[in-house]
Amino acid sequence: MEVVISIVIGVMASAGVWLVLRPRTFQVLIGLALLSYAVNLFIFSVGSLAVDREPIVKPGVVADLVNYSDPLPQSLVLTAIVIGFATTALFLVVLLALRGLSGGDHVDGQEEPP
Amino acid sequence: MMAAADHLLVAPVLLPLATAALMLLLGEGRRGLKAGVNVVSTAVGLAIAVSLLLGVAGREAPAAFGIYLPGNWPVPFGIVLVADRLSALMAVLTGCVGLASLLYALARWQHAGVHFHVLFQLQLMGLYGAFLTADLFNLFVFFEVLLAASYGLLLHGGGGERVRAGLHYIAINLVASLLFLVGVAVLYGVTGTLNMADIAQKLPAVPASDRGLLHAGAAILAIAFLAKAGLWPLNFWLPPAYAAASAPAAAVFAILTKVGVYAVLRLWTLCFPADAGASAGFGGEVLVWGGIVTLACGAVGMLASQQLARLAGHAVIASSGTLVAAIGFGAPALSGGALFYLASSTLAGCALFLLVELIERAREVEVGPQQLDDGNPALPAFLDAEPPTGINLDDNEEALIGRAIPAALAFLGVAFTVCALVTAGLPPLSGFVAKLAMLSALLRQGTPAAWVLFGLLILSGLCGAIALMRVGMRHFWTVQQRPALRLRVIETLPIAGLLAASVALVLQAEAGLAYTRAAADSLHTPRLYIDAVMGARPVVPGAEGVR
Repeated sequence: MEVVISIVIGVMASAGVWLVLRPRTFQVLIGLALLSYAVNLFIFSVGSLAVDREPIVKPGVVADLVNYSDPLPQSLVLTAIVIGFATTALFLVVLLALRGLSGGDHVDGQEEPP
Repeated sequence: MMAAADHLLVAPVLLPLATAALMLLLGEGRRGLKAGVNVVSTAVGLAIAVSLLLGVAGREAPAAFGIYLPGNWPVPFGIVLVADRLSALMAVLTGCVGLASLLYALARWQHAGVHFHVLFQLQLMGLYGAFLTADLFNLFVFFEVLLAASYGLLLHGGGGERVRAGLHYIAINLVASLLFLVGVAVLYGVTGTLNMADIAQKLPAVPASDRGLLHAGAAILAIAFLAKAGLWPLNFWLPPAYAAASAPAAAVFAILTKVGVYAVLRLWTLCFPADAGASAGFGGEVLVWGGIVTLACGAVGMLASQQLARLAGHAVIASSGTLVAAIGFGAPALSGGALFYLASSTLAGCALFLLVELIERAREVEVGPQQLDDGNPALPAFLDAEPPTGINLDDNEEALIGRAIPAALAFLGVAFTVCALVTAGLPPLSGFVAKLAMLSALLRQGTPAAWVLFGLLILSGLCGAIALMRVGMRHFWTVQQRPALRLRVIETLPIAGLLAASVALVLQAEAGLAYTRAAADSLHTPRLYIDAVMGARPVVPGAEGVR
């Protein structure tokens, strides 16, 4: 499972980095979204990957990380998703405003001279 | 059992939040009412920050840390707010910069768009929170609060230039925030805690196999902070963004780069002190040399700037570079001088950004509206600054003396001169005292890097002086026929106040330096901070009754 998660995070992060470096605003937006997915998965994976282990303590089972998964990274991911979603939405608004003002979708507001 | 005064520590965060919520409820009109509420709230925030500072100043170790447990959870699990000397100093600076920018905005900029006052309060909340929190993830949240508000403030007023600079600014800060998250996650994975004091406590026990991961996480976290602090080569976004922002927004942004510097200073001194074993002083060389290159970049940028607003942006970069380089040596005496420099350069940077607009307005009166992108906004070179024709320079005819200087122009000239003296670090103002403190501490270091920084501090002062003098000559001396410039009192008040604070820093330099040195000493003795935070106990309900 660790290998699969690492490959997924790696592929999403590299695709995100490539897209963020592209000159079109929409590509940058998608790149940022991919990067934030990669980072969210990364935070999630910090709390030890396991199947069928709840973060909620059950009576009679010793409360340690052998029996449960760590709840803290999950709550961090939740916060990070909310914040990332909000800021990405804001970026989208600014993207549209720039498109309206400059008439193009280049990140600098104008095409590069050939 | 807590006295009411103990709750004061959380007030700088709650007050702006409550004010912002209240102003949202007031709706879009009622600007006068909102402005009044905003000014009162910001002034009260400043007063609270000052009282926090007075509460920790001059105290010995256990009393020098104000600790507050917002959720009343036991320490390593709940969020902790801590006001030590550094946090209190930063909070007071936030209050000063906030109040000055707000008063300035009342004249004109508050009418330029909706929700200015709400965004402004949220910005203050994020700043106060980032300076007071002692929890790594909480720091991330407050960073996002202040960044989200700064996106709005940067776009305040609208226009193509602001939207374009805003897009770049948002994209870069989003990527930096993602790096922040990765760093936090790695540190959590290695140490199993998010409380800064607890992290610092657990670092020496990290096994050698995890040390590489720990260093990678710390480095990624530092990249996120340094991008916000404007360290070379992560600072190319800064001058265009700050130049495009409206004057009050840019003035608040003068302290935004200092948030990055603060975070580096706090975490680096806490986690990697000299006695941290295998990780002692990790990354210090990078901070020193990165800061030196940044300072050089800022100085060259100041000389090369053709617009006053960009010059101010490069001045901010130069001050960031100075701070990061000085911090990187890990010497208490040097850090003490650097903290004094931080206070002085933040106040001067804020005043400079406010002055930029007034000076550009004086220029608009004479040459028409200034365009950010017109082909020739260049300042003239020294050599072609000939007097315009029609000016009488003949000895035998009417002498030039006795020309009346309008009060507004005289104010601008004096304010600009004071501001330039502080920014360039020339005597007799606070910039000089700060640089002198750093230079004398550098002499005792004696390493090659210290000598490079020593020379560069003096050289960058010269570059700054030349660049600012050139602007001053262009705007105040060479133009002769100038229609009267109109300033409103409310616009001059904050500038005068900030510069008066700079002068007060000189008059009280002894006390100020003693304070910043005590702050640096306590930073470089992280055991005090760790013991104070870890020793805090939640309030037991009903304890009052038993007593």
